[in-house]
Amino acid sequence: MFNFGIWTSEFNNWLLGLGIADWLVVLIECVIIAVLVLGTYTVLALFYILYERKLCAWFQCRLGPMRVGKWGVMQVFADMFKILVKELICLKNTDRFLFKLAPYLVIISSVTMLACLPWGRGLQIIDYNIGIFFILAVSSVGVLGILLAGWASNNKYTLIGAMRSGAQMISYEISLGLAIITIVVFAGTMNITELVWAQEKTWFIFRGHIPAIIAFLIYVVAATAETNRGPFDLPEAEHELTAGYHTEYSGIHFGFFYLAEYLNLFIVSGIASLMFLGGWMPLHIPGWGGFNAVMDYIPSVVWFLGKAFFISYVIIWFKWTFPRVRIDQMLAFEWKYLMPLSLANLLLMAVFVALGWHF
Amino acid sequence: MSDFKEIISKICSSATFSEGDTLLVTVPEKDWFPLAKALKENKDLDFDVLSAVVGMDWKDELGVIYYLTSTSHDWAVISVKVAVADRKEPMIHSVSSLWKVANFQEREVYDFYGIKFINHPDMRRFFLRNDWKGYPLRKDYDANPDLNPIPLDDEKNEDDTVSYVEDAKGKVKAVPGKVFGEDDYVVNIGPQHPSTHGVMRFRASVDGETVRKVDVVSGYIHRGIEKLSEGLTYPQILHFTDRMDYMSAHQNRHCLCMCIEKALGLEVPRRAQVIRVMMDELMRISSHLLSFGCTAMDLGATTAFFYGFREREMVLDIFEKTCGARMSMNYNVIGGVIADLHPDFRKDVHHLLEVMPKALKEYHTVFSGNIIAMNRLKKVGYLSKEDAVNYDITGPSGRGSNWSCDCRKKHPYAVYSELDFDEVLLDGCDSYSRYMVRMREIEQSCRILAQLVDNIPEGDIRAQVPKIIKLPAGRWYQQVEASRGTFGVYIESDGQKNPYRVHFQSPCFNLVGVMDLTCSGYMIADLITIGAALDFVIPDIDR
Repeated sequence: MFNFGIWTSEFNNWLLGLGIADWLVVLIECVIIAVLVLGTYTVLALFYILYERKLCAWFQCRLGPMRVGKWGVMQVFADMFKILVKELICLKNTDRFLFKLAPYLVIISSVTMLACLPWGRGLQIIDYNIGIFFILAVSSVGVLGILLAGWASNNKYTLIGAMRSGAQMISYEISLGLAIITIVVFAGTMNITELVWAQEKTWFIFRGHIPAIIAFLIYVVAATAETNRGPFDLPEAEHELTAGYHTEYSGIHFGFFYLAEYLNLFIVSGIASLMFLGGWMPLHIPGWGGFNAVMDYIPSVVWFLGKAFFISYVIIWFKWTFPRVRIDQMLAFEWKYLMPLSLANLLLMAVFVALGWHF
Repeated sequence: MSDFKEIISKICSSATFSEGDTLLVTVPEKDWFPLAKALKENKDLDFDVLSAVVGMDWKDELGVIYYLTSTSHDWAVISVKVAVADRKEPMIHSVSSLWKVANFQEREVYDFYGIKFINHPDMRRFFLRNDWKGYPLRKDYDANPDLNPIPLDDEKNEDDTVSYVEDAKGKVKAVPGKVFGEDDYVVNIGPQHPSTHGVMRFRASVDGETVRKVDVVSGYIHRGIEKLSEGLTYPQILHFTDRMDYMSAHQNRHCLCMCIEKALGLEVPRRAQVIRVMMDELMRISSHLLSFGCTAMDLGATTAFFYGFREREMVLDIFEKTCGARMSMNYNVIGGVIADLHPDFRKDVHHLLEVMPKALKEYHTVFSGNIIAMNRLKKVGYLSKEDAVNYDITGPSGRGSNWSCDCRKKHPYAVYSELDFDEVLLDGCDSYSRYMVRMREIEQSCRILAQLVDNIPEGDIRAQVPKIIKLPAGRWYQQVEASRGTFGVYIESDGQKNPYRVHFQSPCFNLVGVMDLTCSGYMIADLITIGAALDFVIPDIDR
């Protein structure tokens, strides 16, 4: 399996060999990485918009965008340019500073999370010993942006949307966190690279069997809620609150919310693939040497993206099948069922680990 | 009917009677409220449904004609005429305390005729702005646009209301009031909102996410059809009916045609009758499919919406082939239908009947049986049978409250009496029941179509009608079962080419009347689903 780390360290050595100051080398590398991350972010967002539009069209016996480019591929670019050239409207009675700050908070949290994902072997930007913990912490900043957006807009719909969003995200973060902690208990590490390597023998969802599968299901439900997607799309419930917390936004400010929403879908899928499906690690079955060798020929980036897209597909499928739940039903579901279940599952996993009942 | 005459004359000696297509009781204003109370509460009369409230201007006097139905006496209908000569401050006692449906109906009469209703709790205009000058449906109304220029500012006093209260001595005093309290957090839903199904506006006071009170503000797309009709000939009026409830276009037009045919004493050929019934049922299927789609859509299940529209397209194609249009079909005419069936009609209907059962099964799988959908619809928007009767909620919404109110069974018209179909009744009294009644009615409509499609008799498609249609002097009232409930047409003629007064009693008008009752205590999200399950169409309210 190709290690992208060879390229990056070669490039680093080459920069150092040029005889420039060390801090300048770090600066250059940081700038290059920032450009790469933002580029990836945009491309992925565009891909996801098209991906969802095409998928939902197929669910609904339609074709989706077909006019711009072959199979409507260029439609998303047209939409992006349209959103870029639109006027940024700021209404009279809005709190201007907070109103303009909110979309940036949302997008910053989402970009930072993107940078933590294990893209492939040796392709990782931030690699702390508390990596997964860091991701969870950063994801909470996004809620702040949504709450600010709803409050600063000075509109009753946005305020209700923001309040819903706050209640929803804070509640479901608990289940999300507990599902991740279940796996952390199993793996014994929070470092993302180590988490991936721990799945070399085979993926956690198979190694941890029953509690891991339960944790996976909890994670997928909580992640759907965490990204404000159907059936948990109450914060922007189009049919009740017109557009929820981003009703008053226009142009690229709206675009930031829109992009962050799609990227968050990718990010939660990426985390799911990291925690349960081995990140960029190919599918290995102990004892099947030949099979494992063949799997290793597929590049690690393809593995990671493939798993993330698959989980996104499932979450998109939810959205286009289920009706929307109501705020009280949603909160009751979390606090009465999902959270106790996650706690019990955590205990179960601890027992399994202590007694060694896993592969 | 003579029984009613005797009992009424015993209760109210001043009442006079005249026969028409229904018995018309004329009472002086001072005796009206006691008589109304007796009509409602006397067991021998027991007129529990107020079917229509028709404001009238007879030039020398202003008044109201009430159409009452007694469900216990075989759905007998009588009408009561109350008139006052005072044109400056006309006042009639309100019956909104007896029949809740009169609340909105009397506001409409006040709006158009300026008749103030004593003891009415909320005497505001219903369609027009509070600052509108004049009462448009009066015969002496000045339509000069300078009197009512297009306003560019917001309505200032939309929270103000007034009630004309009568004290013990019989003196009437205006008591001002407010719609919402000072501390109410009022959320404005509409008139531009994705889920009000048209240009409708609700103002809901909320406590957190819980709705406390809903105020209906209507009239954003009112076209004054009743006023327009007074200046047009009968064949011209027909076209308005397709544009009221556009999802019941055939039924509405059928009703107006029947009312005119009744006045003319015209016999409609049997082929036309059968075609009319088939079109009515196709329309009902199309309407209920739309309702299914929109209910799903309002709950966020967008995919189910497309499934509903997929099958609805087949119905619209049938319409397009025979009528030449997919909406506003303009198909019924006085004496029959305008064009014969398309050669493909039978083949297409057979195909639809084949597809529909499978499609319904699919709808139930994707939406009705879904746990989230059931939780969202069940035990939401409770409307008891008593309230349904009192608010005159007919159609699928009334039958979801277990009220047997199908006009096709109670007052059979066209060929319905010969057909074998069931009236769908469910006793959940909630949104889910209303929704399920619609789904089952699609099955029943298919049953009717299956009975008729191979038995369309040969013959003329319309009767011989005079070139210029003049109705004899008199008044007529006709009801049909439209997609959303009982649709009524009232025509009063003075023997001219054009009617003296036309009133359309639309079912959706009553449906918005229960929004406050059904939504209070539920959540904002429920307000949308209750509205979707009641399934009102706005142009039908804003005639």
